[in-house]
Amino acid sequence: MAYQFDFSSLSGYGDLLAKGAGLTVSLTVVGGLAGVAIGIAGAWARSRPVPVLAPVVAAYVEVIRNTPFLVQLFFLFFGLPALGIKLGEFQAAALAMVVNLGAYSTEIIRAGVQSIPRGQIEAAMSLAMTPLQIFRHVVLIPALKKIWPALSSQVVIVMLGSSVCSQIAAEELTFAANFIQSRNFRAFEVYFVVTALYLALSILLRWLLSRLGQALFERRRHG
Amino acid sequence: MVEFAFSDIVWNLLLALRWTALLSVVAFIGGGAVGLLVLLARLSSRRWLRRLTRGYIEVFQGTPLLMQLFLTFFGLSLVGLDVPAWLAAGLALTLFTSAFLAEIWRGCVEAVPRGQWEASSSLALTYLEQMRWVILPQALRLAVAPTIGFSVQVVKGTAVTSIIGFVELTKAGTMITNATFQPFLVYGLVALFYFLLCFPLSLCAKSLERKFHAAR
Repeated sequence: MAYQFDFSSLSGYGDLLAKGAGLTVSLTVVGGLAGVAIGIAGAWARSRPVPVLAPVVAAYVEVIRNTPFLVQLFFLFFGLPALGIKLGEFQAAALAMVVNLGAYSTEIIRAGVQSIPRGQIEAAMSLAMTPLQIFRHVVLIPALKKIWPALSSQVVIVMLGSSVCSQIAAEELTFAANFIQSRNFRAFEVYFVVTALYLALSILLRWLLSRLGQALFERRRHG
Repeated sequence: MVEFAFSDIVWNLLLALRWTALLSVVAFIGGGAVGLLVLLARLSSRRWLRRLTRGYIEVFQGTPLLMQLFLTFFGLSLVGLDVPAWLAAGLALTLFTSAFLAEIWRGCVEAVPRGQWEASSSLALTYLEQMRWVILPQALRLAVAPTIGFSVQVVKGTAVTSIIGFVELTKAGTMITNATFQPFLVYGLVALFYFLLCFPLSLCAKSLERKFHAAR
């Protein structure tokens, strides 16, 4: 007997899906902003010969990049309470995303920083700019412009990765899907629709980030 | 009640590590084979074929691996197949890997100068001959480092299969945690084992990248 698809069984769950998608978006916004901020700080720390800081940042980047996000999430959510640090589902999920994206963006932004020609920095030094001014205007902004596409894809990857946060009961989009399919027993239909939602979210996010990149970096050429 | 000593925890995790490694190898080899077909279609002169494969890659890169797993798992059972978790896991990871590898390799093929295509077609080589004798050998050189780099993503991707009940390293970690109530230790060890699998691959990719860059 052939299976009868029944997408109408999803009606009435629109609010739940919207709420889940909203949480996925907020996780991504928090993770994206704080993760990139960590990435900038990390790239800065690795760009100078500070004895302790640079190797610590390097170790952080390698540990995060070589372990699965799901395990990082479980470690933060189930493991940290052993040290007396208790996190809620949303906090743990957001923290895991920040920590994860922080490591990747450190590596991506560092590649951009390294691509800045030495002469540019020397020229800025000869104009008596302070180290912080040099880092901001001469190194960071051109570096970010160069690596913006790579950074954008990483943010999209982290957004998609957030679907495993359902495993610690953070009520994001996948959690909503799991909940609905446990009610209407239409697993395939539910996951099909939610997969389409994720696809739409990732296309939208990529478009927004590319517009943001244009707004941030194109105008500066004239100013 | 069975007591878990430290050595028992490590031993059980090591047993589960075999499945993580096996699944990674299967997905990587299967994904490589399917990825090669996707690549050929992606570079074909037929427009509909290019569009189709572009859509394929877009869907796999634009949706979570977890959703792909669920759809494979529940989709196959709709057709009336009783799928064990390992089969769904292997199939979904193979398709996932194929989409990413095809896109990585496309970049490498496109990095081969146009003149090489033109020269080989002026020698009356067919598309497949051009690929086999002229383009792929050159693209292969560029592809080695990013391909090994992606294998790290495949190993990490296998962790998600724990969610559909495949007992690999992460699932074993969860089960041992439930028995020992020592999440900090167990997940720490799980992370360590993944690191031991992935870090050598990362190092290898990095050093190959440096080597091939220096050669050019």
